[in-house]
This record gives sequence, C-alpha cells and structure tokens, in this order.
Amino acid sequence: MANDKSLIEILKNRGVSRRAFLKFCTTTASMMALPPSMVPAIASALEKARRPSVIWLSFQECTGCTESLTRSHTPTIEGLIFDAISLDYHHTLQAASGDAAEHAREEAMKENYGNYLLVVDGSIPLDNPGYSTIAGISNLDMLKETAKGAAAIVSVGSCAAFGGLPHANPNPTGAASVSDIITDKPIINVPGCPPIPVVITGVFLHYLTLGTIPELDELGRPKAFFGQNIHDRCYRRPFYERGQFAETFDDEGAKAGWCLYKLGCKGPVTYNACATVKWNQGTSFPIESGHGCLGCSEPNFWDMGGFYRALSEPILDVHRAAGIAAAVGAGAGLAVGVVNQMKKKRAQSKHETVTVDDFKEEA
Amino acid sequence: MTFPVEVMAEPWTGNVQPLLHEVYHALKRLLESGEVTVIDLRALPLAPGEEAKIEEKLGKGEVHARIDALGPSEIVETGIAGVWLVTHYNAEEEILGRYIEICRIPAILESQDQDIEYGMDDMEALLETR
Repeated sequence: MANDKSLIEILKNRGVSRRAFLKFCTTTASMMALPPSMVPAIASALEKARRPSVIWLSFQECTGCTESLTRSHTPTIEGLIFDAISLDYHHTLQAASGDAAEHAREEAMKENYGNYLLVVDGSIPLDNPGYSTIAGISNLDMLKETAKGAAAIVSVGSCAAFGGLPHANPNPTGAASVSDIITDKPIINVPGCPPIPVVITGVFLHYLTLGTIPELDELGRPKAFFGQNIHDRCYRRPFYERGQFAETFDDEGAKAGWCLYKLGCKGPVTYNACATVKWNQGTSFPIESGHGCLGCSEPNFWDMGGFYRALSEPILDVHRAAGIAAAVGAGAGLAVGVVNQMKKKRAQSKHETVTVDDFKEEA
Repeated sequence: MTFPVEVMAEPWTGNVQPLLHEVYHALKRLLESGEVTVIDLRALPLAPGEEAKIEEKLGKGEVHARIDALGPSEIVETGIAGVWLVTHYNAEEEILGRYIEICRIPAILESQDQDIEYGMDDMEALLETR
C-alpha cells in the first residue's frame, strides 16, 4: 500500500548515502531527458515525495512491455523505483493469484481512491469480451471500474496507447486503446513495441518527483521522449542528406552504414527516443544495428504499408493483392502471403537469393 | 578458417568538433566566473566510435577516482584541467549515464552535508563506546 514515508527516509533506512542519492538524481534527470541543471530541483522534489499507489492492468498484450520494464537497465534504480511507487497490483508479476490478487487490487483502489496511478498495457477488445478477461471480468469492465478512482492513467506500449497489433487490419477483436474508452481522466501515452525501458521508468519518475503529468504532444506522449523524430536525431542522417542509401541489406552501402530509407525505414515519421537513449543499456538501436525503424511508437504502424517499403512508395501491391483476393475469394493478406511463400519455396529449393525487390515484382 | 575483414568508412554525425568547442567555451566561463557546466553525452546523437574519439582528444589527466554508491562511478580528470569525465554504472556495471563536467571538482566527489551529519552521529556513538 502507499507508504507515508518520504523517499529520502526510505533511502536513509536502506543505508543509501546522500552522495548515492545525488547519483540517483543525476541519472534520473538523464532518464527523464532533463538537462543536468535540473538535478537540484529533482533532488529537492524527491526528498519530499511520498509513495503513490500503482495498479497495473494487463489486457490484450504480449507481455513485452512488462518484460521491457523489468529489463530496465538500472535494476538498482528500478528496485528503488518499485519501492518508491508501491506496486499494489500487477497480475503478471505478483505472487498472489486468483481471488487474493483481485482483493489486493480492490483494497488498493479503496484505500487510495482518487490518488492511485493506473498503468495499462495491452489493448481492450470491444467485440466479444471473451477475447480477453481477467478472473472472469472483461477487460472493458475492469478498465472502466479501475479508472474511476485513478489520478492519472499511463498507457504503456502501442497496444494500450493506440490499439497496437490487435488493432491492425482487420482488427478481429475490435481492439481499442485506453483513450478510446476513458475520456475523463488524464492519460499519458507511452507507445513503442515495446517502449524503451527507461522511457517507461522516466515517466513514473516524473510523476513521482514532480507529482504532475509531463508535457504531452498531440498524441498524449511525453514530449521529453517523443518530442523529436528519429530522422532528426539519427546518426545516419548525413548519408540521407548526401543521397547515400543502402539498396539491399547486404550491399556495400549497407556495410558502410548508409541511410536505410530505401529499405523501409520509418524514421522520418516516427517520434521516439531510440536514436539517443538507445536500447540494451544504451548499446544500439535498430538503425544502428542495420535495420530500418518500424515506426512502432506511431498509431497504426502495422498498417503503414510494410516494414520494407520506402515511405515514398505508394502502397500499390496491397491493392493488386486485393484485386487477386477478390477474384479468388481469399483475404488480401493471404493472397500476398501465398505468393511470397511460393517464391520462398522455389528459392530455397534452388538456393537462390531472394530480395525485397523480388517480392515486389511478384506481387 | 579465416574470414577477411574489410574496414569500412566510419559513420559520423559531425558533433565531435562542436562539442569540443562547447567544452572550450565552458572552460572560459569557469575561469572567469566559476560557472559549472555539465554536458550529458546521452542527450547527443553520436555515431559509434565518436564518444571514444572525444575521450581520445581530451586525453587522460592526473586524477582518477572511483565511487561505490548504488554501483560504481568513475571520475576522471581528462588531459585538459577542469574537464572531467564522469561515468555512472549500476550494480551490474552497466552504464547509467556519461557526462562531461567542466568544473574545479565534480559535485559527486564532495562529501555531502547530510552524510557528514550522519558521520557525526556515528562518531558520537564511537566515542561513547571507546
């Protein structure tokens, strides 16, 4: 349950020195994409912070967002954060299950009514509620009930923020985002498939240190992490400017680290912190590893015309496939899939190399 | 079996020189007014190898300190006096943050008032029990 002790008292009791606390505040500022000059303000705010109660609901999701958070590359800090935020309910992580877990949630809601932070990952099916339930309660009912007493809602991951993969065409479950259903509470969208771990943690920390919601963009995403687009912060931008593009994943341009625009990179239309914060303890991000950005923090990224189709290309193939599909009575995706499978099988039997251009020609 | 290794042209952002210029101007301000500047290296887009290039250009100085607080932290004065490289690691020695600090001494190295107070409590207990 939410604790009356301030964070600084909790740290002192755990033998954490003021110096260690300052280190924590410094790295927190970095995580929250705030300038180092804000460290004293963060230290001052954290000293007085009380632990808010957090309820985490998981709906139609792959658990990737929870995995991302628990793999946050600052386990010591994360331990402090979770100590600091008092995670009262997370049905994937918590040891209790069944009725005991649901009672824990109800108690936390009652005790902290109006003050708890509600975190949601996964989309909500609006068609048949049987698509996704917890303890026999539909996702929709659980969301509505839990949202009533929440101070704010954090939609973690593209599924909760925008509908994500379940929402992709043809959206068989009627998947909706949290903001499609809850319209009377402040909602912070933290999209990504999954979001960068420290971005999730950074949002919690902002709420904890400053007690407010961070400044949001027009899609409800914190500007600190989603305020700049990948293209503008990408280290391969000079190659884009000079017209040096990789044409295939194994050509000389690819080996030289040239721009991946022609290989389908969605960097120019994607807002996220990948290019600066990076992934895996700041090791790298998809573009640096040689693969174009998928645009996973944008709405409908699954339906953006294909991960390997350049942004400038019109989406003709899908329409042609739809024409074929109409003629044979199969789904459009199935038609393209069947064609590609045939091509792949032929290539495998002949040990031919198959390129993206081959698939495009076939379609 | 051996595999030939080709050395490709290195990608670059062009941010190394401007950053070094920023450090120079911060040093000037430090000398003139005592103003401290902290640059978060994570906030800048740097291509692979560029951070190492910055370190190489700044060089290594006379001071190398290590702190053990919530994981190790490394504080190194570079070859340019007043320019410090501060790296914070977590308990698993993964990098949490890297900063260039232009100052006389990074604040993290100084003993904090609160810790000194706790130290005095410990001293009192020590003296009473001697």
